[in-house]
Amino acid sequence: MSKFKKKANVKQDIPTSSMPDVVFMLLFFFMVTTQLRETSIEVQQRIPEATQLRKLQRKTLVTNLYIGKPIKVEQYGEEPKIQAQDVFIEPSGIGKWVNAERDKLREDEKDQLTVSLKVDNEAKRGIIVDVETELRKANARKLLYNTREFSKNNR
Amino acid sequence: MADIAFLLLTFFLVTTTISNDRGLSIQLPPPPEAQPPEDVKVQERNIFKVQVNSADRVLIEGEPMEDLSGLKEMIKKFVLNNGADPNSSDSPDKAIVSFKTDRGTSHKKFIELLDICQAAYYDIYADRAGLSGSMEEKNKKFREIASDLANPANKEVYERAREGIPMQISIAEPTKVGGN
Repeated sequence: MSKFKKKANVKQDIPTSSMPDVVFMLLFFFMVTTQLRETSIEVQQRIPEATQLRKLQRKTLVTNLYIGKPIKVEQYGEEPKIQAQDVFIEPSGIGKWVNAERDKLREDEKDQLTVSLKVDNEAKRGIIVDVETELRKANARKLLYNTREFSKNNR
Repeated sequence: MADIAFLLLTFFLVTTTISNDRGLSIQLPPPPEAQPPEDVKVQERNIFKVQVNSADRVLIEGEPMEDLSGLKEMIKKFVLNNGADPNSSDSPDKAIVSFKTDRGTSHKKFIELLDICQAAYYDIYADRAGLSGSMEEKNKKFREIASDLANPANKEVYERAREGIPMQISIAEPTKVGGN
């Protein structure tokens, strides 16, 4: 004589038996795509946006230079600095650095070294031109200005 | 089991940096001392001047320009003039886009303008490569082709599109008003 209806006998649990599968799939995805960053970037990096991006195919040939205002302003000052690997270098040290990077490549690929410049929006052309002049002297003439894909809502 | 997987997953989630190797690619000129300073005579009409000062103000062919949306079409018209307009270029292979900045110009403005200059050329190439779709799609397709030249079919299309129209964007040594 129950006046209250029994609760509908429907399971409300989400089946979790496939959860490990999903987790493993994600895990493998990240394991494959991940690249452990060996350097921590010590300069500001607000990368500009552009529309005409080109993709570099051979990642082993690419080497990065970071240019921007140091994050630790009280220690390094306000002026934009150049970071290669994990040290700050002066434009005059770039030739040496290029040669060191070149030595890491295979013999037949040494001339294909591409320098990717990751430059902060607010950095001035002056410092970048100094870097370019040194790169020209070191004969590392393939250059990429790293940019992000242009998105309309950001500008 | 799932705990370990979660732990690893979290670890990779945190440490991962999906590297971004995309951007505007250029070829620097040979070292300064390798070229003897010869007087290359280029006629005034074959140079399209883009100048930016230390306050990021833009001069196009000597005229100040605030709104840059029409610049791409101007460059395309200039390159493809083929001698029609006596004040514009003789032929596409002689046309040079001269891009001069100041040491105080910001990188952001520099990239914005270089992007427009390259866009004009890529648009021209995409048209000649005989790709289908809207201008934007064609341009994107062409850049994908240009990024993968190891493929002989791509290389053929790329060379055909560039035949006679080299991308001559000259980035001049900057003036020294602003900056360090």
